[in-house]
Amino acid sequence: MSKSIENIERKNNKRQKAIKNLLTALLYLSPALIIMGAFLFYPMIKTLYYSFFVTNSRGETIRYIGLEHYLYLFESQVFRTSMKATFLFALYTVPTTIILSLFLAIIANEKVKGIPFFRVVFSSTLGISVAAGATIWLLLFHPSLGVFNSLLNAIGISDIQWLTSPNWALISVSITTIWMNIGFNFIILLGGLQNISEELYESAKIDGAGYWNQLFNITIPMLSPTLFFVSVVTIINSFQSFGQIDILTGGGPNNSTNLIVYSIYREAFENGFFGSASAQAIVLFALVLVFTFIQFKVGEKKVHYQ
Amino acid sequence: MIKKLWIYLLLLISAIVITFPVLYAISASFMTTQEVNRGALIPSSFSLDNYIQAFKSVPLFHFLLNSFIVAFSVMVGQLIICSLAAYAIVFIPFKGRNFIFFLLISTMLIPWEAAFLPNYITVLNLGWINEYSGLTLPFFATAFGIFLLRQQFMTIPKELYESAQMDGCSRFRFYTKFALPLSKPILSALGIFSFLTTWNMYLWPLLVTNNNDVRTVQIGLKMMISAETGTAWNVVMAGVVLVLLPTLILLILGLSHLKRGLTQGALKG
Repeated sequence: MSKSIENIERKNNKRQKAIKNLLTALLYLSPALIIMGAFLFYPMIKTLYYSFFVTNSRGETIRYIGLEHYLYLFESQVFRTSMKATFLFALYTVPTTIILSLFLAIIANEKVKGIPFFRVVFSSTLGISVAAGATIWLLLFHPSLGVFNSLLNAIGISDIQWLTSPNWALISVSITTIWMNIGFNFIILLGGLQNISEELYESAKIDGAGYWNQLFNITIPMLSPTLFFVSVVTIINSFQSFGQIDILTGGGPNNSTNLIVYSIYREAFENGFFGSASAQAIVLFALVLVFTFIQFKVGEKKVHYQ
Repeated sequence: MIKKLWIYLLLLISAIVITFPVLYAISASFMTTQEVNRGALIPSSFSLDNYIQAFKSVPLFHFLLNSFIVAFSVMVGQLIICSLAAYAIVFIPFKGRNFIFFLLISTMLIPWEAAFLPNYITVLNLGWINEYSGLTLPFFATAFGIFLLRQQFMTIPKELYESAQMDGCSRFRFYTKFALPLSKPILSALGIFSFLTTWNMYLWPLLVTNNNDVRTVQIGLKMMISAETGTAWNVVMAGVVLVLLPTLILLILGLSHLKRGLTQGALKG
């Protein structure tokens, strides 16, 4: 009899403790939950909601139109151009960024004198803001004052309209972006290289494997999870580019650099169409979701593989 | 020996290519207008005139101060809020712990650029346009920060926590006296990273500032380009140098911390 009372009391105590723990935990968590709720979850749902409505320029919904924004988007020549530019931009920037950063990480992983200096130099573009970086390149690409055209002229090649020719503008923006991306990718890849155990190389050396052999049979395979991670992050970042477009080209010429975020910005803040801008934002969300999903799926496999 | 020579050659060429744009900007910031127009690479004389002109062209000092206030507030806010959340997830056994962690981390799936339209309306309705709160508060909690600190807190031995509790150390005291001090390297990595990213932010400050009160220096640069283009690229470059120096110095000083933090976040994720 008394034992069961004790049991009940213990259970009550346990429950009380569980409730107390929950309340304390929520107290610690509430600032993060409130901020993320208000500025990430709520706006994401609201964006989806907006995308089914016609809105005024203050973002008030006027009329429900279902999927019409989406249907219109896929027929719109401007949006198709924007999507094409977005994918081309990823294609131009991502592989080049990864290859260059990998090259830099490999040469900066050599144990020679003065290497810390080079590591700082190769990381430096992470500390350069998109506005400052793009402004420098705006001058470098300048049709008459720019260094690039001066160099071309010096070797007898005529000027290139880096930012005003529809054939060149996206490439010029990509070059700027690659330069800006190198710092971050370099840091992560160098970290990945340094995580590879020395023993692997030593036993390879004993087996008489040369430099290239080691590079392709040890370094690259061991680095593949890191390479995969930076590829996905760089793709996602490329979908979110905005600042360099705003400063270098303003989306032109002929929308050839009108990447998706710039297109969303223009639709909402220049044209005042929050509804169709929201539909574009949902397309962006879906794109990022797909690539994050791939990362999780393949990342999972990589872990098992090791 | 020959291999070493090759490596130095490659390192040197790469360093020149990577630093060229910044070195050119610094060089151009000391040139006269004629020199820039001529396409010179090195200024013939050294003068700070362009820097003085840059401060006159737009309220650059005010913008720099704003950027500093905004980046510093976000840094402090993120460190406090993310560490509190991570602490609860690691040290307090409560029902739904995994669910909450999953919920917080799932925000990694939401790109800011896909959610900024309603945020703009929210900030507009709250009357936070041209206010520091509009520029800072939305960034006080990030999945990356919570994740990074959770990984860090999990390395603190559970026995330490239990014996501290036995000695009557309250939860909050353990947070301030043990959890935070033991995590200094990761906290500084996150601090540097959040300061850098906030200082460099472009799209959001462009939307939520429409006068000079709280406008950040990145938007100031855009104003300078439209105010000075065609006439004074040397002045614009002086502005660029002033904008990129603070973060570049921070990056160089904090690189080892930052590298550890980013690598941990990236590779163990």
